[in-house]
Amino acid sequence: MSTEILLALILSGTVGAIAGYLGSLMLSKRMALMGGALGHLTLPGVALALLYDFDVSLGATLFLAFGVLLIWLLELKTRLHLEALTAVVFSSSLATAFLFLPKEEIDIALLGDVSQIMPMTVLVTVIISILLFFTVKKIYSSMVLASISSDLAQTSGSNLKLNNALYLICIAVTVALGVRIVGGLMTAALLAIPACTARNISNNLAQYTIISTISGSLACILGVIAYAILDIPAGPLIIITSALLFLISVFIQQKK
Amino acid sequence: MLNESTVLTVDKLQIAYEGGQIISDLSFTVKKGEILIILGPNGAGKTTLLRALQGLLPYQGSVSWNAQKISYLPPQEFLQRHNLPPLTVKEFYSFKTSDFNSIKSMITGIGLDENILSHQFGELSTGQFQRMLIGWALLDNPDVLILDEPTSGIDIGGEETIYSLLHKFWENQNLTIILVTHDLNIVWEYATQVICLNKQQMCMGKPDEVLTPEQLKKLYGTGIKFYKHQHR
Repeated sequence: MSTEILLALILSGTVGAIAGYLGSLMLSKRMALMGGALGHLTLPGVALALLYDFDVSLGATLFLAFGVLLIWLLELKTRLHLEALTAVVFSSSLATAFLFLPKEEIDIALLGDVSQIMPMTVLVTVIISILLFFTVKKIYSSMVLASISSDLAQTSGSNLKLNNALYLICIAVTVALGVRIVGGLMTAALLAIPACTARNISNNLAQYTIISTISGSLACILGVIAYAILDIPAGPLIIITSALLFLISVFIQQKK
Repeated sequence: MLNESTVLTVDKLQIAYEGGQIISDLSFTVKKGEILIILGPNGAGKTTLLRALQGLLPYQGSVSWNAQKISYLPPQEFLQRHNLPPLTVKEFYSFKTSDFNSIKSMITGIGLDENILSHQFGELSTGQFQRMLIGWALLDNPDVLILDEPTSGIDIGGEETIYSLLHKFWENQNLTIILVTHDLNIVWEYATQVICLNKQQMCMGKPDEVLTPEQLKKLYGTGIKFYKHQHR
């Protein structure tokens, strides 16, 4: 196995795991498609990164921060709710990206690219993913409680505003990491499908989070292996693998 | 000035929401061990009052607690039971304590079978769900329990079970209970004090003294047929 593929496997497996773990929380908060909207938001940043040759996750993060700030400001100034504003901002963002995205780089921006990954990128991604894991773990029970009732969570001592802010930051950072491997169009799948798979076959919360994390990671690893064999972009292969795991979970659920 | 036996002092409470005044000029105190029932028609501000008492809503005036631990159960319509992750009752209780023995004894104490610990929220009946929540609220031995219509959506038999359960814990644990209900029978049977609320305080005192047919007509705006229990 070449070093390039090994690095791609480590990076994708790690990002898949954290996306699966965080995604399990997003499904319960019914925010499954939020990851997709944020993925689109990153595209102008990815386009700039490809144009001026800097890291795509860095470009993605800059535009995510800008987009989230814009949504937050518009929410303050208008009476529209978060979802509606996200739709306005993400589609404008997508259109802007196509204005200056170089034609030959469109595939990379939309479908991701796991070739030519540097060891330093893998190291930074793993460290960020570990930080994300502990942050999500810390807020997990409080966010589950809040999905039952925000009053119940607050009167049980949760700082809901802080936890919500941490939660959104975790989603944004995970999307920024995910954009590298599956592109700006398919980040929703990276976050949502493993949680749906886990929901089908788990009997309790512990199983649900573990299965979501493992199936997220497994889909990425198998997707990258398929990429190494077939030489098709890894992004679509990862999502198709994840969808296949989901189908398997549907069969297992029906046999239960 | 807080007296040692006073759990809650509310003084000149005013709550406004989106420009409208929900509650104005409400003052009362609650003593340790009391069962205070808040009565009032729909839209009277009962839920708003309970939420404001716990700092969940902004208000003017003062609310002073003299309690270590307050537990709150929101009304059923504020609680999501479906479309949740596969959270079991045991995992839900584990959010509060890692002591499995105290979880088991609470489940038995609220009259549920231990098997229910492995059940998910969506698998419980409304009555089981509400009892399970009461157990959860009582798990960390609160001084005060605040409940908002804990029996809405439950049949008469189930309702009686819930209130006798609450009464049992009230007797055994020196609890103070603040409760919103529409059920006048519950007021006669259990309340030590009652507040009639319709955006402002219409009456306050012992149920026998303040809940006259005239007062109820004034509160609900219509004649209420009521049966007053004589056994208290």
